[in-house]
Amino acid sequence: MIRVVMPFHLRNLAGVGGEVLLDVEGPITRASVLDALEERYPMLRGTIRDQTTQVRRPFLRFFACELDLSDELADTPLPQPVQDGTEPFLIVGAIAGG
Amino acid sequence: MSGVRVLVGTRKGAFVLSSDAGRAKWEVSGPHFAGWEVYHLKGSPVDPNRIYASQSSGWFGQLLQRSDDGGKTWAPVGNKFEYEGVPGTHKWYDGTPHPWEFKRVWHLEPSLSDPDTVYAGVEDAALFRTTDGGNTWHELAGLRQHGTGSEWQPGAGGMGLHTILIDPTNPNRIYIAISAAGAFRSDDGGVSWKAINKGLVSQYIPDPDAEVGHCVHRMTLHPSRPDVLFMQKHWDVMRSDNAGDLWTEVSGDLPTDFGFPIEVHAHEPETIYVVPIKSDSEHFPIDGQLRVYRSRTGGNSWTPLTNGLPQSNCYVNVLREAMAVDRLDSCGVYFGTTGGQVYVSPDSGDTWQAIVHDLPAVVSVEVQTLP
Repeated sequence: MIRVVMPFHLRNLAGVGGEVLLDVEGPITRASVLDALEERYPMLRGTIRDQTTQVRRPFLRFFACELDLSDELADTPLPQPVQDGTEPFLIVGAIAGG
Repeated sequence: MSGVRVLVGTRKGAFVLSSDAGRAKWEVSGPHFAGWEVYHLKGSPVDPNRIYASQSSGWFGQLLQRSDDGGKTWAPVGNKFEYEGVPGTHKWYDGTPHPWEFKRVWHLEPSLSDPDTVYAGVEDAALFRTTDGGNTWHELAGLRQHGTGSEWQPGAGGMGLHTILIDPTNPNRIYIAISAAGAFRSDDGGVSWKAINKGLVSQYIPDPDAEVGHCVHRMTLHPSRPDVLFMQKHWDVMRSDNAGDLWTEVSGDLPTDFGFPIEVHAHEPETIYVVPIKSDSEHFPIDGQLRVYRSRTGGNSWTPLTNGLPQSNCYVNVLREAMAVDRLDSCGVYFGTTGGQVYVSPDSGDTWQAIVHDLPAVVSVEVQTLP
């Protein structure tokens, strides 16, 4: 199972309390993980990436295994510990704003 | 017993203020969507329990929420706003072409006859419509593709479509206004549009009486006389007696003709309200005195309303969506401030009291008059 951690407002919107566990089919990439996340929680569509272009929203970033994966291609395989479920895939909001 | 429900959008969530017809004792619920900007909420005139809310965030983008129980519970609906065709460009602040980009929903206007049909005014300026209760949205592209679209330019707050007025006697007639493009009218249900800015004069654009480019802050109409429009422009209060074909200035004896909201009394079509604000850029009441001005003559002659409003050291603003009236026998007038106060006058503006003092900055106020 793939572990996903979202910012407070997205957890709140999706109605989940903590980590989300996803069963992702096929290659474990950012695209496939986000596809699975949005499939289970359709209210998240458009909040993490543009619904048409799939481009990451500018004030969000993707971290895992102490790496910033935000600018990796969407179809790049995620680190093995994420694929194994030993490390979470982190969706992080910028610490900014009033 | 009849009552009112005040829908308040703020920079950090939505609030619902409820009272009986006395409008003296209030219940406050919220914040709904805490931490998110709520630009606007509005209820269906056909089904008051059906309320739509625009929820947005710089981090997470745009969401649309719907309540079917008068604002007690909410559920997200569709939030995909795609411009039709190749969006093209409008003018940027420096006059260069800039691609059309969806940013947020500024205004929601439910249909007068169908609770599932809602119009949405968005930034960058365009008009969308849902006919399935908000699940899917489709652009009425005739507006953006109006011949002047490439000349439209944002105001300081963005290029937003903020006013949507539906003629209650002719649902095919729709008025909209855009900062800073101007006012437009459709006579065919939103398919085609014409600019209705003749008579507007704006010294901040190269051609002061150009067809487009005017920074209209707000428009309103009285349902009994839908051909009569009132407008608060970025300087100048205007009226039109012919559905926008020609505007005349009615600022009259106002201490300043700059402001954002404008409203019309529920039962007196010639009684209108504005909140004069000092500008350039200060955008607070003159001399720290918060005053609503009322005209009972459709403009030109204005009276300050001060009873119950702070008359010293008040430096808040009242934004364009942040004023509304109810339809009770004694018309209630409401407005919200950037300081987080929401004021009510249950007697057409003669006296005022704060319903709440300390909300986040108020962006929008709408009122539902309940049976």
